[in-house]
Amino acid sequence: MIPSIPQSGAVKLIYKAYVLVFFLWLALPLATVVVFAFNDSQFPSLPWQGFTWGWFFGDARPQIGLFHERRILSSIGTSVFVAIFVSGLSVLVGTTNAFLFNRYSFPGRGLLYILMLLPLVVPGIVLGISILVFSSRIAGVVQDASGLYVDALRPGLVLVIAGQFSFITTIATLVISARLIKFDRSLEEAALNLGATPLTAVRTITIPYLLPALIGAFVVAFLMSFENFNTTLMLVGSDAPLTITMFDRLKEGSTPVLNAVSLLLILGSSVLALAMIALQRR
Amino acid sequence: MTGRGLGFYLLLAPLVLWLGLLIILPHIDMAIVSLRTRVAPREYVPSLDNYAAFITEPLYIVTFLRTAIMSVLATVITLIIAFPISYYIAKIAKGRSQAALFLMCLIPFWVSELVRTFGWIILLRETGVISGFLQWLGLADQPIEMLYNDAAMMLGLVYTSMLFMVVPLTTTLESLDDAVIEAGYDLGGSGFSVLREIVIPHAMPGIVSGCIVVFMLSLGNYLTPTMLGGKGSLWFTELIYSQFIVRFNWELGAAFGFCLLGASSLIVWSILRLTGQTLERTMGEGK
Repeated sequence: MIPSIPQSGAVKLIYKAYVLVFFLWLALPLATVVVFAFNDSQFPSLPWQGFTWGWFFGDARPQIGLFHERRILSSIGTSVFVAIFVSGLSVLVGTTNAFLFNRYSFPGRGLLYILMLLPLVVPGIVLGISILVFSSRIAGVVQDASGLYVDALRPGLVLVIAGQFSFITTIATLVISARLIKFDRSLEEAALNLGATPLTAVRTITIPYLLPALIGAFVVAFLMSFENFNTTLMLVGSDAPLTITMFDRLKEGSTPVLNAVSLLLILGSSVLALAMIALQRR
Repeated sequence: MTGRGLGFYLLLAPLVLWLGLLIILPHIDMAIVSLRTRVAPREYVPSLDNYAAFITEPLYIVTFLRTAIMSVLATVITLIIAFPISYYIAKIAKGRSQAALFLMCLIPFWVSELVRTFGWIILLRETGVISGFLQWLGLADQPIEMLYNDAAMMLGLVYTSMLFMVVPLTTTLESLDDAVIEAGYDLGGSGFSVLREIVIPHAMPGIVSGCIVVFMLSLGNYLTPTMLGGKGSLWFTELIYSQFIVRFNWELGAAFGFCLLGASSLIVWSILRLTGQTLERTMGEGK
């Protein structure tokens, strides 16, 4: 069934209707979340009580808006902090990995490549618990040996960053490798012939060529970190990132302030994703 | 740069540190923890008790099997829903509308899974939008609770993993030359036989990578079963969470973790084996 093959009108119509229903279904939950951010009611549910901006800007009970809700604001800050660290680290390691697999052949390369892919196949919750178990073992060993209590090895932001980094690096590696493979090595050779040191050649020729992929990998890593739930859940300490805070609030049954946060998240991630796609297209 | 000088080792070091400290050693340690039993405070003996408990305790093994079967079901449903959509995007839509449809598939998945689940909660719960709509239509005379059951959970799982099926399918279908499909029809094939003998075999790598990712995401999901599922839809990850965080029985929790990892690896491996694909190829084409 392609346009050049004649099809009966009814079949085409049913197919079009199916596609339409699919996209409505896709948009439905997000649209609902957005609409109820403006409901002037204590609950994100019917009946509709009228339009309000209160869940964004309200500053008095019962309507404390998002911008006056300290716990949510601080967890957004925590999420941004974690996401910047995770994306910075994973782009860095992703770049070195991409260069390693692209430029060198060595015994065990195939095995290392498969190991590099493995974090994608391990369920997030298992990554979380394995890092939790291992870090607390190290913390125990350190404490027994020196009596030092290492805070960083207990559930908290350091472990959250480590946990997210452990699988996001694979994705960064794949994104950066995909562009590095297309790079024309003769450009680098030309620079070397003109007297550049290998490092200068890479810095002035290869890295600028890779830049769209580096930015792309950073944005993807940022978004994945920001919305990560499973791994974070097992490693979180007292400073909860946004997804964990929202999860706790949701279990309690929350006010439409969660819808307001969700609307910001939808806007933020759409803008980032669209900007990234525009960048890749250039 | 073919010799292995300092540069090689500088590039190797981050990879080895990352995989060693965050993937390999933690998993080895988790294996050790899962293979021991506490006999007194801070005193352990090696044993298989945790795995024995997993097999003999009905709650554990039933939850495990249920989770695996439901994940397979979610994967199949996702594939069936996604295939016509991917085909439409790859082969029927053209130019701008093609790009726009593809983008419309992508956008919802850049938003946190939590927000998507929250949306379904608002829609499905007793005071929710669908229940209200049905009452307004006169189809129901009292609020209907559509949340907290297997159907709601399945809906959430399928919704959450849709993108990971649509993207690889669309990518492989796009690479199928229209002329091949035309040739199939010219040679007297019906719509069904062209689909079965040309389109599906060509899309196989996409189907495989989509199914692998969707299966793994469903199996390892925690949020959707917890928020949308009912008392009867206990998910295996919820057991892991409760052993680790609530009961503080890390030994049993670690054993559960390995069972989950084992199930997911086994299924991924057998799908790859059955279809003659490799992990490298599948992951490369999946993104």
